[in-house]
Amino acid sequence: MESNIEKQEYNITVYTENQIGLLNRIAIIFSRRKLNIESLNTSPSEVDGIHRFNIVITETEEVVRKVARQLEKQVEVLKVYYNTNQDVIWQEMALYKVPTDIIAEQVSVERLLREHGARAVVIRKDYTVFETTGHREETDRLVKVLQKYGLIEFVRSARVAIIKASDGFHVKLREFERREPSEDVVENQYLNKGEKIFTM
Amino acid sequence: MDTLEMKENKTEEQKPKAVATLTGSQILLNGLIAEGVETIFGYPGGAIMPIYDALYDYKETLNHILVRHEQGATHAAQGYARTSGRVGVVFATSGPGATNLITGLADAQIDSTPMVCITGQVFAHLLGTDAFQETDVINITTPVTKWNHQVTDASEIEEVMAKAFHIAQTGRPGPVLVDITKNAQIQLTEYFGYKKCEHIRSYKPKPIVRKSYIEEAAALINAAKKPFVLFGQGILLGNAEQEFKAFVEKSGIPAAWTILGAGAIPTDHPLNVGMLGMHGNYGPNVLTNECDVLIAIGMRFDDRVTGRLDKYAKQAKVIHLDIDPAEIDKNVKTTVPVWGDCKESLPMLTELVDQKSHAEWLQKFRDFDREEMEQCIDAEINPTEGELSMGEIINQLNQLTKGDAIIVTDVGQHQMVACRYAKFNNTRSNVTSGGLGTMGFALPAAIGAKFGAPDKDVVAIIGDGGFQMTLQELGTIMQSKVNVKIIILNNQFLGMVRQWQELFNDKRYSFVDITSPDFVALAKSYYIDGKRISERSEVIDALTTMLNHDGPYLLEVMVKKENNVFPMVPQGCSVSEIRLK
Repeated sequence: MESNIEKQEYNITVYTENQIGLLNRIAIIFSRRKLNIESLNTSPSEVDGIHRFNIVITETEEVVRKVARQLEKQVEVLKVYYNTNQDVIWQEMALYKVPTDIIAEQVSVERLLREHGARAVVIRKDYTVFETTGHREETDRLVKVLQKYGLIEFVRSARVAIIKASDGFHVKLREFERREPSEDVVENQYLNKGEKIFTM
Repeated sequence: MDTLEMKENKTEEQKPKAVATLTGSQILLNGLIAEGVETIFGYPGGAIMPIYDALYDYKETLNHILVRHEQGATHAAQGYARTSGRVGVVFATSGPGATNLITGLADAQIDSTPMVCITGQVFAHLLGTDAFQETDVINITTPVTKWNHQVTDASEIEEVMAKAFHIAQTGRPGPVLVDITKNAQIQLTEYFGYKKCEHIRSYKPKPIVRKSYIEEAAALINAAKKPFVLFGQGILLGNAEQEFKAFVEKSGIPAAWTILGAGAIPTDHPLNVGMLGMHGNYGPNVLTNECDVLIAIGMRFDDRVTGRLDKYAKQAKVIHLDIDPAEIDKNVKTTVPVWGDCKESLPMLTELVDQKSHAEWLQKFRDFDREEMEQCIDAEINPTEGELSMGEIINQLNQLTKGDAIIVTDVGQHQMVACRYAKFNNTRSNVTSGGLGTMGFALPAAIGAKFGAPDKDVVAIIGDGGFQMTLQELGTIMQSKVNVKIIILNNQFLGMVRQWQELFNDKRYSFVDITSPDFVALAKSYYIDGKRISERSEVIDALTTMLNHDGPYLLEVMVKKENNVFPMVPQGCSVSEIRLK
């Protein structure tokens, strides 16, 4: 095994058109090289019509740079950035479902919430759902604590990250959309209209 | 919300008047005509029937060549694109028709060949229902296309076709696939006329050439004592043959080619020092590890060119000119990257380089040539006794065609021999499957090559193995009366694999012994004339008869069974460890 000493988490930000099939085109650039995507989030950007992917992988800078160039080469990709964790502000959100009776009897709920920056989203007779937002270690820590109290379900969202130094591109994006407004996504309109189509 | 309303109002006001009401299929064909398409290679089927029905009315303007297998259509389109410089067009139906395109798409993707494939698809409401002949074509083809798109409504077709042609042929060219559901082919919609696509906002086909890098590159070149140019297909794709010639002639730098770059300058040009790579020439390989500045132009440092990367040109400063930024630093670390179209960057570089002749350095290449000639080439191309060699056939062919023919090769030993020894006076004359190494490429590619360059002699050189992979295209040659000359170099082996088994696997010939039908009789059953030869005394006559024959011709040449292609850079070795025998 090669030493993975230079490997670290990279946050890849991909600005794209909103296009059906683009997610696959982006994903296979990783899978072709047998790279594991640790987290993937798609969302709108601050500019109407332009989407962004946040992708997290643990790799060397050289591999990440090559992948970024392959991503940027795709017709519907506008721009790709890659950043280490130091260069971004990032958050992940997690939900925890626990049995209400145990949690109410055995835990000092108020202290727990305070220590982990969590809040209760739903409180029912049978279960309670907590939510917390933060870095991976923080959301993981609460899992460990709640495990003891019969954690029923846990889910963590993909990472969202904002690049600390992205002013330049923001201006370009706005200008870009102003000059050439994006087109609407064309979805299949016919899936439920079979009887109206002549077939053979 | 505001912006949405504004958008709608705008479309109401500015909506242009429809020219006509047409079906999706008619709009598609109008688009092809507007893009200057004359030839389509295709095969009909259920899901593409409406397009074929419309095509019936366009028979005079669009020449449809019925192939015998959809793979053949893709390779024919590639051959067409390679010789003509235009976009190859393919029609195929859904399901198996579309999956049969994959090999050709992958080949076109890795060899940067502009191609637009149109596939029929099941009705839009049937997508995802496992309908008859339904395959998820978009997802299957995504890794092997530059771009692909599914159309479910006729109103999209005009714009998608315009985009497809724009993307296929701009920047680094590549294959594009448009999948059209049957309802969209039939559907009537208002047609506003065809508008060519000239710009896609997210697509940057040509990086801007930066003056500062040109200056840095020129400074390196001017200071170099032993500069060396490697050129690839990028020169051809950029139509930059003249610009390239001007550059090497002014700078006086020896230049070697990748197999897809062959013909960018004539074989006989005094600065053309030969072929790179595993079976390339001796000098270019050895001297790669001696030059002080390596100038790579429109090539991508494939592993078959570089051999072992950690021992590749480590002593040299590297200048890399490429239109695709992803190629820079991908395999070989660059000292000066010159992003951009070489048609623009080369003249800028030529202006800044000093007029020089590197006579002493060039002589080194010629010295290696002499050694290679004595130890290796002479026996291959000028044997006087024993069985026929592949090299002597190519050599004799050169004498007759004078280097003006288009040579289409398949994959394997004959391909390396043909690329090494064929003479090319003109650009776009060497059609071969480089990156993918697709056996079965040559016969269909030759068909397309002839349509792309009807005034040229097209000679396909194929092994006995590869020929049997796509031999059904003899039917296409017969039906469409395609005047191609076919030479089968028959060594009764899958020769390249056999060579490796001989050299590296102790002659354990594992499944490389291939038997063949009577190829001449087979051709005859397709009403194609042919002849089989095995004697040296027959070669010139047979080749002359073939070339002078009015129509397609198949010449089978029985060659030495266990001949090896040399020189050779064994796998895992450095280019300077190239073996002459």
